[in-house]
Amino acid sequence: MLAKRIIPCLDVRDGKVVKGVQFRNHEVVGDIVPLAERYAKAGADELVFYDITASSDGRVVDKSWVQRIAEVIDIPFCVAGGIKSVEDAGRILEMGADKISVNSPALLRPELVRELHDTFGQQCVVVGIDSFFDVASGQYQVYQFTGDESRTQKTRWLTSDWVQQVQQLGAGEIVLNCMNQDGVRKGYDIAQLSAIRALCQVPLIASGGAGAIGHFAEVFQQADVDGALAASVFHKAVIEIADLKAQLIAAGVSIRP
Amino acid sequence: MSALVIVDTGCANISSVYFAFKRLGVDALISKDPRAIKAANRIVLPGVGSARQAMQNLQQRELIESLQAVQQPMLGICLGMQLLTAHSMEGDVPCLNLIPGEVLPLLADGLRLPHMGWNTLHSIAEHPLMAGIDGSDYFYFVHSFGVAANRYSLALCDYGNDFSAVIAKGNVAGAQFHPERSGKVGARLLQNFMEWQP
Repeated sequence: MLAKRIIPCLDVRDGKVVKGVQFRNHEVVGDIVPLAERYAKAGADELVFYDITASSDGRVVDKSWVQRIAEVIDIPFCVAGGIKSVEDAGRILEMGADKISVNSPALLRPELVRELHDTFGQQCVVVGIDSFFDVASGQYQVYQFTGDESRTQKTRWLTSDWVQQVQQLGAGEIVLNCMNQDGVRKGYDIAQLSAIRALCQVPLIASGGAGAIGHFAEVFQQADVDGALAASVFHKAVIEIADLKAQLIAAGVSIRP
Repeated sequence: MSALVIVDTGCANISSVYFAFKRLGVDALISKDPRAIKAANRIVLPGVGSARQAMQNLQQRELIESLQAVQQPMLGICLGMQLLTAHSMEGDVPCLNLIPGEVLPLLADGLRLPHMGWNTLHSIAEHPLMAGIDGSDYFYFVHSFGVAANRYSLALCDYGNDFSAVIAKGNVAGAQFHPERSGKVGARLLQNFMEWQP
């Protein structure tokens, strides 16, 4: 049976892993390669590396660390951040990444998703979506440039519409980051993830809000997501992956031991 | 003569396959030169992307006849496995025709596609490639097309319906999953391949 995936997310800035709360006040957590290796050995099912400054700075970043990760780890990994073209994506994939994830550049030019699909195949193409619940309108809205607080802005897209749009363009997987929950460890946004699940025919990864082992069980059992992504609980050793997996298996979730 | 040549198919996962063998102590040669392929002890045919594009790449590199004439042990990975069969419906394209079978869209019985993530195998054959691997081991899959179970299947995987996770005929074998990204058990399959004497 296909296992649900546990996915540590490593935010990368200038070659270091960092972590902020609600996308702000980033602190250095450690070097990329040793952390990646540690998570792979601990039983992570996949890793995601987000270069959180790339899109908002408008620069091409040094991605040589991608190859160093590919050399040491034996589980799949995805790279996100600043991938604006088929050429950008090709370089990352050649260095050994299994998937590339696009966010702001896809919002600026949705055709990018189709081009990536047509060149590399659907399985390589992940679309990351930063979604914020606007209390005034009662709606989930897509935001862009979330790596830089001063440039973060609301887009014209409702999250549900954008999810359907990127699937039509050829996305192979969607990572839904629920911004209201990010970094606060109060649990995943089950209501939003369940609503998006109903519209999402490709694998859906939950992101934002994990703080306890019970949150993972909830999101798999109640929102039926394919994977759960988390950062600070792993970086700060609040949760050990081995404990998490043992408890999820005990709770009846399909998990790779 | 190289112990192992990884065929440069122009597809994406070549470096991860290279590094996986490197972790086993095998320094492979990545090549699209038919002479290097012919001289290799073993050959890996990697592949990610679409069958039509990959077959075009092989044709442009004038590798189709060389690969069809291979006498050494050869392992296709993911799309590379699918290219070993007679035909792929992904782009409706003839393939290398080394192992009977046809690549069809997965019949996932309503489950989400692509089939992406870690899954187990069943109906595992007694075969040197499968030594040390059992039904409790998880392998990493990413695909939307597959080869139905047939007499050349060495292991099946169930995702809505059974499909071939590993196939082999004579000196040629293929894995639908990515052994280079399947942790220790994936490394075991690659090690088995390096020791395989068909």
